[in-house]
Amino acid sequence: MGLFSRRKTVFVDSDVLVVGGGMAGCGATYESRYWGRDLKVVCVEKANIDRSGAVAQGLYAINCYMGMQWDENQPEDHVRYARNDLMGLVREDLGYDIARHVDATVHKFEEWGLPFMKDPETGRYQREGKWQIMIHGESYKPIVAEAARKAATQVYNRIMVTHLLMDKTKPNRVAGAVGFNVRTGDFYVFRGKAVIVCAGGASHIFKPRSTGEGMGRTWYAPWSSASAYALPILAGAKMTQMENRIVLTRFKDGYGPVGAYFLHLKTYTENAYGNEYESNWYEQTKELVGDYIDRHPVPTCLRNHAILEEVKAGRGPIRMVTKEAFQDPHLETIGWENFLGMTIGQAVVWASQNIDPKHTNPELTTSEPYVMGSHATCSGAWASGPEDYAPDEYQWGYNRMMTVEGLFGAGDTIGGTAHKFSSGSFTEGRIAAKAAVKYVNDLGRDEPQVSEQEYEELEKIIFQPLENYQVGSNEIVAGTVSPSYMLPLHGLQRLEKIMDEYVGGISAHYTTNTPLLTRGIELLDMLKEDLAHLGAEDLHQLQRAWELQHRVLASESVTHHTMFRQETRWPGYYYRADHPKLDDTNWHCFTLSRYDRQSAEWELEKAPVYHIVD
Amino acid sequence: MPTFVYMTRCDGCGHCVDICPSDIMHINKTYRRAYNIEPNMCWECYSCVKACPQNAIDVRGYAEFAPLGHSVRVLREEAKGTISWRIEFRDGRVKNFVSPIRTTPWGSIPSPTELEAPSAEAMKSQELAHEPDALNIDKLPALTPDQLKLGVV
Repeated sequence: MGLFSRRKTVFVDSDVLVVGGGMAGCGATYESRYWGRDLKVVCVEKANIDRSGAVAQGLYAINCYMGMQWDENQPEDHVRYARNDLMGLVREDLGYDIARHVDATVHKFEEWGLPFMKDPETGRYQREGKWQIMIHGESYKPIVAEAARKAATQVYNRIMVTHLLMDKTKPNRVAGAVGFNVRTGDFYVFRGKAVIVCAGGASHIFKPRSTGEGMGRTWYAPWSSASAYALPILAGAKMTQMENRIVLTRFKDGYGPVGAYFLHLKTYTENAYGNEYESNWYEQTKELVGDYIDRHPVPTCLRNHAILEEVKAGRGPIRMVTKEAFQDPHLETIGWENFLGMTIGQAVVWASQNIDPKHTNPELTTSEPYVMGSHATCSGAWASGPEDYAPDEYQWGYNRMMTVEGLFGAGDTIGGTAHKFSSGSFTEGRIAAKAAVKYVNDLGRDEPQVSEQEYEELEKIIFQPLENYQVGSNEIVAGTVSPSYMLPLHGLQRLEKIMDEYVGGISAHYTTNTPLLTRGIELLDMLKEDLAHLGAEDLHQLQRAWELQHRVLASESVTHHTMFRQETRWPGYYYRADHPKLDDTNWHCFTLSRYDRQSAEWELEKAPVYHIVD
Repeated sequence: MPTFVYMTRCDGCGHCVDICPSDIMHINKTYRRAYNIEPNMCWECYSCVKACPQNAIDVRGYAEFAPLGHSVRVLREEAKGTISWRIEFRDGRVKNFVSPIRTTPWGSIPSPTELEAPSAEAMKSQELAHEPDALNIDKLPALTPDQLKLGVV
């Protein structure tokens, strides 16, 4: 590139711009077309929507389905469940909204061709647990992507969106997005009247347990690079619950899921000596969190806590007792197909180590932390709630609009709504899209304008790593060590080490405190400065460079939020050693942050948790 | 378990390059065949393995924790609507599984534009596309909170 660059600038106009084509993005694209028949609906994806996002590999269950038609559950029940699991703190208005719509989404999936398992006696969807239904979901993502492709004016694959664009006249209004084509290197300027961020949550911000060839075998996909957070943060949107990282108990090394094993196969865990261990830690946990330990089901973080304590006491590894269930050939098939449908790597680990769960009880482990908004955790942007019942303080405009005008979100992007999973993320995309279409219709002629100066400045910043590399690599003979630039992998490993050691990763037993966090922020600041010296050898490395930029910004947010919340709300996810107990008197609230792009300062505040369901 | 590509089977068609969610399947310029440029960013999702028309891509478990001698092979047949797996353990034991992948023809999902355009009234309601019909209940549930509670519940 550089002086003789043949890079083109491509301008794309849209009414609704969907950033990210995973489950939420496909839902947003589909619904935008339904309500906005004449609108230009554009979906931009950094990979290929047929296999992108967290569901790229497939899923063996849909984890959010009410079954209202059979009176299995009502939306209120789901709100209670998510609230309980997140130790009291969820946006009940948003969670209810997803729950009341999600069944319609799931029924469409079946109509579109996704194979569902049925209970042979009742003919209903086969339940795995209270909320989960079982599917043959190898092609879940290509099927959902087909619906989005049919709906979109155009889908742009292989474009990494790096920044949102702000309106020239109204500083708190979004006007589009910029990015680059990972194949051609062309610069893309998307003008959008409304923008729906449906990008991915954050893997690889904490050092993973596997750091060699296996580092890509994280629980959440390695391509979930925190764009869900970095894009809104840079645009000045308020974020919530960013401290609420999640740690997963999973089968060792492959991070194969345990849901079907616990719920459907009725397997259970025991310590290395064959004993039940959760009761060993009941009193101690009660000291920390009070009555929350008595709730049913026991919150996910507290079950992790018991495992962590038992392992620290020297009675690890914790094992899943599979030998009994796997004697039933039907259950054995389910156990294996469950992995083949969504975490093939676990089947490979077991095949390679001769682990047949019919004869061996496999080891479990607790993962490195992740930051995301759709599983048993709820980090993300602070969004306006549904018009018909959200409390005034949760409502300032259109449903799922962030605190930036015209900027909407869904899936991992939106905070406070745990347990939405794949179906809930698609549903939230639909909710956001209908609101975005309404917003575009209401705009009339007051359309946002992109600023030429802004996108031209961003173009320079975006492609700088290519130039850094080209210039810097002439200084050295060969190899990866340069005094002038840092490779994306170097930056990623530094980030992971900082977050691991200072912000509560695996090597610190998920524990941190004010002095550690303070030092962590100092080191993150230096890393941020060094990002100006990223070097990218080619367009693939340029993508890695921008994924790293997004991860670093999200990590900074996580660290500030963790510092702000002076309690240990979710033991088993992380511990504030200087505030070891849950503190409902002072911290039964959401944490909110806003980043100022000009000053690079973070402002934090509390927001009330309103309970609208008994 | 990162992917690798057999030299004699790959014809450089690029299907794997098009589909890889991690952007790590690239064409080697010397051999004009695909290879995994970044095994440590491979999620072992098998998207490329399933997409390869030549069955040229396979997986060798991550060296970091997977002993050699295993294999997990897959055949995804869109026309048949099935996916077939063959797992071979290090000690030679073999397991086979077959699952359906889709119940309708590929490309059969209708575009929302084929549906009747929604009314202005519907635009104002809380209902999404296909509701309330697709809910299989009479109407979309709604909350009518008489009071908001703060504090622990």
